[in-house]
Amino acid sequence: MTGSLHRFANPARFQRLARAVLPWCAGGAALAFVAGLYLSLVTSPPDYQQGDTVRIMYVHVPAAWMALGAYTTMALASAVALIWRHRLGDLIAQSAAPIGAGFTVIALATGMLWGQPMWGTFWVWDARLTSVLVLLFLYLGYIALVHAFDDPERGAKAGAILALVGWINVPIVKFSVDWWNTLHQPASISRFAKPAIHPDILTPLLMMAAAYMLLFATLLLLRVRAAILEHRLRTLAMARAQG
Amino acid sequence: MTAFLTLVRRDLALSLRQAADALVAVMFAVLVVVLFAFGVGPEANVLSRLSAGVVWVAALLAAMLSLDRLFQADHDDGSLEQLALGPLPLWSVALAKATAHWLVTGVPLIVAAPVLALMLAMPTDGLTTLVGAMILGTPCFSLLGAIGAALVLGARRGGVLVAFLVLPLAIPVLIFGAAATEAALTGLEAAPHLMLLGACLLATLALAPAAAAAALRQAVG
Amino acid sequence: MTELLNMGGYAVFVWSAYGVTLGVLGLMVLDSVMRLKRRQAELERLEGSAE
Repeated sequence: MTGSLHRFANPARFQRLARAVLPWCAGGAALAFVAGLYLSLVTSPPDYQQGDTVRIMYVHVPAAWMALGAYTTMALASAVALIWRHRLGDLIAQSAAPIGAGFTVIALATGMLWGQPMWGTFWVWDARLTSVLVLLFLYLGYIALVHAFDDPERGAKAGAILALVGWINVPIVKFSVDWWNTLHQPASISRFAKPAIHPDILTPLLMMAAAYMLLFATLLLLRVRAAILEHRLRTLAMARAQG
Repeated sequence: MTAFLTLVRRDLALSLRQAADALVAVMFAVLVVVLFAFGVGPEANVLSRLSAGVVWVAALLAAMLSLDRLFQADHDDGSLEQLALGPLPLWSVALAKATAHWLVTGVPLIVAAPVLALMLAMPTDGLTTLVGAMILGTPCFSLLGAIGAALVLGARRGGVLVAFLVLPLAIPVLIFGAAATEAALTGLEAAPHLMLLGACLLATLALAPAAAAAALRQAVG
Repeated sequence: MTELLNMGGYAVFVWSAYGVTLGVLGLMVLDSVMRLKRRQAELERLEGSAE
């Protein structure tokens, strides 16, 4: 584990790797978006029950997946930072957080816009939306905690612990919200009726998911590079102040 | 073991220097209930529909009140560092602090819960389950609170931040606790919900002290 | 084309959803790129003057 991981932990090495990979991720993301949007908006058929609003699913569901995926990235990076004391782990976690929060906001907003034509109300306390809302609070709490300390190292370490604690909490919250929903299910259907998985549905969904994932990678690389530079800037500033 | 109990006793003595301190959490919970009643209206059937959830929310919020001071005083005067170097492992220190917190805030809330419930027109057949569920749930609040308190040591605006961090973690406990109470009220089986609450308590007991200890180590070391 | 714009009567919902999505993603891209550029410029300035 140590050999391959440490190779990329060197900031200069990471910068070189990031610079090399970045154009591919960005280019791939752009292509996947164009393809995905075309598939979602133009070629995929309207749903038998939900009509054209089913197209919202193609931006909503992958966003929820990314919200969770980004959090897992955050948690894994935090674990690396805590166990192996790699600064890069902290930087990756802190860079992933705002991106994850962004996907969470997209998931919530698109979920609300999907809910209104379907259930006649903008907010439904269904398991998915509610869990995603809690996830947003976990993201915001993490960002707030990291920035609440004057010493960035302290903030990073506190954040890392919170990220792990929160990550353990995510499945528990999802389970408890599911539980809560089954108890309070109103007479009519309360869950988002997912259309049957048909290739016409699956292809745009997966294409958008790929687009989101490539975009996540692109943004993460950009932000981690910026964070490494920021660290250099801070060290320089301190050296100046003392020299 | 004796070191553990000594720490608990010491914390209790510190917290209860003024007897009023033990009542702060309870009075806050009462205030929350009063505010709900004013907000929602005095109609008994409306209030009783909400009673289970409101009592639990009130208890949760009240438990959050004094959290940021859980470790603060010891951190400020250096005794936290001494505890970290002492014979008691840090997770045990965290557990002792959480226990003291529960004794000072949780237990009075458990005792007051039936009164709060009755103020919200809860039918009496829900009261025993409510108390039982709170016995399982309030320690979770204290344990989760200890994690939050340890994380924000030395942070700016720690007070607000603690609540913001701990409340999402406490949601499962809230859901299962309120569900257990509701089940008793509607004549359904409360046992499954109580078992889930018990599982939450066991999991929190096992994991929270370690997480709090990790956070404390960062603050001290 | 009108079908595309009309979305079976649900135009406001579908297009708002896609609008929000692309808007938030666009903002994130902009912020991430600007962030990196700013720091690169700042570093260049500092290390340039250090010579």
